[in-house]
Amino acid sequence: MAGIVTKRNHAGRAQSQRGTEESPWAKWTLISIAMAFCLVFLLLPLVNVFAQAFAKGWAHYGQALTHPDSWAAIKLTLLVAAISVPLNVLFGLAAAWAIAKFEFRGKSLLITLIDLPFSVSPVVAGLMFVVLFGLQGFFGEWLNDRDLRIIFAVPGITLATIFVTFPFVARELIPVMQATGTEQEQAALTLGANGWQTFWHVTLPSVKWGLIYGIILCNARAMGEFGAVSVVSGHITGQTDTMPLRVEKLYNEYQGPAAFAVASLLALLALVTLGIKTFLEWKQAREFGWAQQAPVPASERDTDFVTRENLG
Amino acid sequence: MSIELKHITKKFGEVTAVNRVSFTVNEGELVGLLGPSGGGKTTVLRMIAGLEMPTEGDVLIRGQRVNDVSVQQRNIGFVFQSYALFKTMNVFHNIAFGLKVKKWRKADILARVMELLELFGLGGLEKRYPHQLSGGQRQRVAIARALAPKPSVLLLDEPFGAVDAKIRQELREWLVTLHHELNVTTIFVTHDQEEAMEVSNRIVIFSRGNLEQIGAPREVYEQPSNEFVARFVGVMNVLETEVRGGVARANELEFPAHGQPDGARLRIGFRPYAVQVSPDLAMYPYRAVLRHTFFLGVLLRLEFELASGLIIRSRMTKEDYAQLGLADDREVSLQIRNFRVLAREGAELPPEQIAVKEAPPTLGEGI
Repeated sequence: MAGIVTKRNHAGRAQSQRGTEESPWAKWTLISIAMAFCLVFLLLPLVNVFAQAFAKGWAHYGQALTHPDSWAAIKLTLLVAAISVPLNVLFGLAAAWAIAKFEFRGKSLLITLIDLPFSVSPVVAGLMFVVLFGLQGFFGEWLNDRDLRIIFAVPGITLATIFVTFPFVARELIPVMQATGTEQEQAALTLGANGWQTFWHVTLPSVKWGLIYGIILCNARAMGEFGAVSVVSGHITGQTDTMPLRVEKLYNEYQGPAAFAVASLLALLALVTLGIKTFLEWKQAREFGWAQQAPVPASERDTDFVTRENLG
Repeated sequence: MSIELKHITKKFGEVTAVNRVSFTVNEGELVGLLGPSGGGKTTVLRMIAGLEMPTEGDVLIRGQRVNDVSVQQRNIGFVFQSYALFKTMNVFHNIAFGLKVKKWRKADILARVMELLELFGLGGLEKRYPHQLSGGQRQRVAIARALAPKPSVLLLDEPFGAVDAKIRQELREWLVTLHHELNVTTIFVTHDQEEAMEVSNRIVIFSRGNLEQIGAPREVYEQPSNEFVARFVGVMNVLETEVRGGVARANELEFPAHGQPDGARLRIGFRPYAVQVSPDLAMYPYRAVLRHTFFLGVLLRLEFELASGLIIRSRMTKEDYAQLGLADDREVSLQIRNFRVLAREGAELPPEQIAVKEAPPTLGEGI
């Protein structure tokens, strides 16, 4: 998360270059090491995924994706993301609002709880739900009596995904909302706006970028989650396999090209996410960084206004 | 729009921010709430707006109790200290916001916003975002936005606190003119006594949650009801004296104290303008040396050191200063024309007393 914060500070980045002039030798050594690392550990594997996926040509690639079981996995992944992301947007907004705008007992506890999914291993998260809703679990009997299936079914996968992706939206929004404070909302109220108008016209636009950013990260994780989903899914081919699970299964069955075909879709999602993120950061910097580039023209300074007779 | 506060108390947990405060603001008045920070004046303003609920007491607007009326329905315009402009909206939409949520017709909104842009000298800036405006422009947008829905009362929290000192003075005059033009009941909060004195029809003085005095600027200055007000509004020399033989003494200074027993301790205060100075050393009873001259613009602030080392402060105009031929380290004679015996904080002050038998007209009087 720290990386995100510093990256956004464009003004700071420009200044830091001046203070840290190094010899060209040191500069290029460092740059080469960083580039080589990225190349070997990030770019090559990524290129390899696509190379392997297309190893047997376009037709085979298409077939691998449209195979009923793979197609089912794609649809399930989209469904789970479509449910869990909006819910986490809602929870994230509510939690961030509560933390940023109110003082209450147990606030630090709530902040810690929001971070819990980051610190708990996804496998443990999955197991928690099995312990709660599994056949031998806490609510298992009660659910079984009513013929409700959560574990080894879509609800379980969705719950596990929600748990794992919970912090993304809230974590992004809390600092933005804290920085904005409550005065703009109070101003809206004094101007006659009701709660909904205030939220829609004042609160939401001011946290827009943070929110979109959180949604993108949340979505990427929701579609890519493996550990927690693996525990609760049951791996029923064509029914409870999400894309990551499907990739693993195909790979274990020695269907390399098919595995890489599905994997390439996930990789593509990652690339699109990165692309949108970069675009948003650029756009945000442009929107809010404008003040530094375009100072108030000297001809419009306040003294002019006062000396002119404006009230006549 | 008349506003009345009746025995308003506000507690934040254990802390009493406002303690049984009552006052009335008449239709069309321009009233300043003055006091040191933490005095409770902003809390009072927020309770009038409905942004805070009084713990006890009633807020009345035009005789109607509005404790249970929501912020939205009180029809007030509120200007926040930090202006709280909507940073994601441009100037036009900031000013139009209150009209949009009140479902004005589009043509009416356009006309009203244009009228305000014109009135506030903001023409041509309607497409700017708040971060593209100067401090003074932001303030005017904030006031225009608050006035757009034609509120019956305008509330301003430290309106000039965030503006450059250089233009603050001019903006004060502008606020007075604006108030005169629009004639909307206006209440503003300030910790700057000069600002309050200059702008307000009447001043309400707060200290630690209590209302200390309410009155016209001149009234508050000339007849402070207690020591806090006397010392907070304007400058005052304060001396600790001891009574002996009906005379209160502090070093060589003597003040009549008839009827006070020997050994009684009196706190005595006098305004800088009560100090009369002459280059003629025989003119007045006390010898002093002018130690420092501070230039405040039209006025000069002077510090005299008496023979005993006691420092007293005075003020006079440049012209008087020149006429008396004063300069730093110049020896003069002086006297204190009138003074007050200061009671303990909160207690009523007795009226001002004449210290000298005959008080000739002085230079620099009324400053």
